[in-house]
Amino acid sequence: MLDQSIVGREYAPFTVEVEKGRLRAFAKAIGETNPVYLDEAAAHDAGYRSLPAPPTYAFTIMMDADQGFKVLEDFGIDKARTVHGEQGFVYHRDICAGDVLSGRQRIVEFAEKKGGALQFITTEIALVNQDGLPVCELRLVIVVRNG
Amino acid sequence: MVRFKDIQVGDAIPALVKPALDRVQIAMFAGATGDFNPIHIDDQAAQANKLPGIIAHGMLSMAFLGQLLTNWAPQKALRGFSTRFTAMAFPGDIITCRGVVKAKIEENGENLVDLELSAVNQKGEQTLAGKARIALP
Repeated sequence: MLDQSIVGREYAPFTVEVEKGRLRAFAKAIGETNPVYLDEAAAHDAGYRSLPAPPTYAFTIMMDADQGFKVLEDFGIDKARTVHGEQGFVYHRDICAGDVLSGRQRIVEFAEKKGGALQFITTEIALVNQDGLPVCELRLVIVVRNG
Repeated sequence: MVRFKDIQVGDAIPALVKPALDRVQIAMFAGATGDFNPIHIDDQAAQANKLPGIIAHGMLSMAFLGQLLTNWAPQKALRGFSTRFTAMAFPGDIITCRGVVKAKIEENGENLVDLELSAVNQKGEQTLAGKARIALP
């Protein structure tokens, strides 16, 4: 049963390493041509320690940490009844290959529309790097369709 | 390099027109992100969910909007970026990404520009609506 009581629920902390090969595969998959995302020398010239993670890559980090469907598994919600409604990122520092990021997912909002036919679950994850410094906050809205 | 003083509210940033989405790209994105939801991979699974066939990941289109931003300003300048997924994208769709300056703000010693973003398909239907905040010199 989904209601306001789910707000505040937290899942187990996770740690994920940012792998260079994954960053290149991601850049290629999105058709990236900017050498900063593909060539380490170009990344260094642009002031990065190694290949940088593109703006939406933090979502992949979340997927790597098996956080993508955590809420659905927790409440036994059929994936086919859900859609990814919104995604947001707030940026504090670069994420580069070799970084080790940690975070934990927390439910921050629950809302209903159309008498419960649509339910909105919002979660947040604050990622910190190996130096304990904040790098990025993710905000994910899952829409659950009922009936 | 784009400069704060040269930007006006209402300015459009250069649009990004992506090549038509194809199944190989969608498969590569599934592998690169670890999102193997069958509706992005298997037509039969997609049809079982009342879709005409596989759909592209919403996060693939969001990544295109990310490219729109990093083509315009260095990623180090990006402070925030969010989108709502408003319609599905299918293989063959040509996605165009656009951004318009909605506000110029001076805050905490930074010159910030707020952009309104959209991704539209070849029929002019919006697939994503979004916002970004970028710090400019």
